[in-house]
Amino acid sequence: MSPFMIETLDKFQQMGTALAAFFGVLLLVFYLGSKTSGRIQTPTARLVMLGPAVVLLTAGLVVPAILTTISSFKDANNRKFVGLANFNWVFTNPDNLVTLRNTALWVIITPLVSTGLGLLLAVLIDRMKRESIPKSLIFMPMAISFVGASIIWSLVYEYTEPGSEQIGLLSQLAMLFHVDNPPNWILIPFWNNFLLMVIFIWIQVGFAMVVLSAAIKAIPVDVVEAAMLDGATGGRLFRSVTIPMIRGTLVVVLTTIMIGVLKVFDIVRTMTNGNFGTQVLANEMYAQSFVQFDAGRGSALAVVLFVGVIPVVIYNIIQLRRDHAR
Amino acid sequence: MSASTVQEEKAAAPEAVSSAVRRNLSSPWASFFVIVITILWTIPTFGLFVTSLRPSDKANQNGWWNAFVDHTFTADNYSQVITGGDVIPQGIEQFFINSLIITIPAVLIPLAIATMAAYALAWIPFRGSTFIFVTCFALQVVPLQMALLPLLQLFNKGWKVNGVSIIPPIGGHGTYYQLWIAHTMFALPLAIFLIHNFMSQIPKDLMEAAVMDGAGHLRIFRTIVLPLSIPAIASFAIFQFLWVWNDLLVALTFAGGNDQVAPMTVYLSNIKGTYGSALHLVTAGAFVSILMPLVVFFALQRYFVRGLLAGSVKG
Repeated sequence: MSPFMIETLDKFQQMGTALAAFFGVLLLVFYLGSKTSGRIQTPTARLVMLGPAVVLLTAGLVVPAILTTISSFKDANNRKFVGLANFNWVFTNPDNLVTLRNTALWVIITPLVSTGLGLLLAVLIDRMKRESIPKSLIFMPMAISFVGASIIWSLVYEYTEPGSEQIGLLSQLAMLFHVDNPPNWILIPFWNNFLLMVIFIWIQVGFAMVVLSAAIKAIPVDVVEAAMLDGATGGRLFRSVTIPMIRGTLVVVLTTIMIGVLKVFDIVRTMTNGNFGTQVLANEMYAQSFVQFDAGRGSALAVVLFVGVIPVVIYNIIQLRRDHAR
Repeated sequence: MSASTVQEEKAAAPEAVSSAVRRNLSSPWASFFVIVITILWTIPTFGLFVTSLRPSDKANQNGWWNAFVDHTFTADNYSQVITGGDVIPQGIEQFFINSLIITIPAVLIPLAIATMAAYALAWIPFRGSTFIFVTCFALQVVPLQMALLPLLQLFNKGWKVNGVSIIPPIGGHGTYYQLWIAHTMFALPLAIFLIHNFMSQIPKDLMEAAVMDGAGHLRIFRTIVLPLSIPAIASFAIFQFLWVWNDLLVALTFAGGNDQVAPMTVYLSNIKGTYGSALHLVTAGAFVSILMPLVVFFALQRYFVRGLLAGSVKG
């Protein structure tokens, strides 16, 4: 057997053992638990079923989040308290200002474009006879990793020296419009951010489209008929019936994408690794924590990300409450 | 997150508005626009696939659309990138295995734990169960970044109180435990939320008969609720599969420098940086990595959509 095969078998064995151990213990606990009766029966069931989740959530998310918040006020080695120095660095360092600007651009532009285009497609596809084919194809990028998507799109943005044939699709298209020496797109300051955003939008439009399409299909038919009897058609029907009826879903889609984009990291890391003025908070956080090994600054960046998410979530909850109240 | 979408989905009369609107607003321009977008959305992936089938001299010389003129295709790139070759010595095969080994337990284990927790929260009410559920809901939006550093430290050093080891260090070189546990922890909030929402809508009468027979919660869970919850469980399983398979952040953090356990996303990210100019190989590698999720996606799209509609804010 080749070394690869031996190694592979070894790995599968490790996995099999782990799974067998996990489910074995689970079954054993279940067996013992179901032997109990009387007054301890319900508390036992509660402990058996809820215990593992509570322990894992506490150890994996709650406590680490608290520790990260504490480290954000400490120095690089997580020893001395340094007050607000790390946050001061986040908000004053010139490089970080670019990072913050880029993150703000991502957070504002990508949700709006993805949701807008998704809504347009949802409305238009709803009227087509064979809706499942375009829907599947537009939705497909959702299954592709951000790393895979970055490779797909770097092929589109590929640059070749002047005089040689074009490899990148974008450059070829530019040539059709008589741009004789297409630039190295990904190096164009400021605008390269938008090229990276296209990748994210490419992935998210399908999500927005599918969710909004379900919401549009759920609008009661009598509402639409009543509006049409009143003479509403086309754009009017869309503005005064469709949009208000799916408002709650629109907010959910927008905020979901917003929360996701705030943490986007894979695309920037794979495409530019934050160079050429494309850095974003999540990638800078990774770089500070695991490349520079500055736990203080890394934690401060994580906290800034978290604090950025909070208003979006609160807004989302308020909207949901309002919808339910109606 | 999206309780309202769930309700809307439930209330959906099939074909509700569509037929009425279709009659009223159908236009060739709408179809034309959709077709243009569909083509635009598909071309980049198609270009990747074509490039991965072109010989190296052609692929790195001109654009993939020329392949339809020169008609030269080869599968050689795939054999080179799978086992490793002259340009990229390390093949993708071991990383493919790693992705598989990471993903299977990282789907099954959180599913088991979340299903049990969801049952307890939905059907064994007690003081504090609402608090736990709301906390779960809130934890969905805590960025993973908040947990990475302390968790890595916990895994590597364990947890000691006054020199007494409470939690021993977890995992060593060449083991997957850190990745499995981390993925399990990060999956739980969404999993519990989704499955809880589904389970709490199971009619109560179904359970009352069992209670009459003297069945305890553990038995009701196993014999009644679990089988009924399969749709929600399947939705989450697909969701989690795609999430873990495509993840880069958790993989880099807990297995970044360790080729023995790192998944394909790490490998791809690395060869894109190091061998970015060997387009024929990087594209072949990328296609190997997206093949599995694409198959799962097209085969089980309905379940995936159902999961998405039920809520999809994940750290």
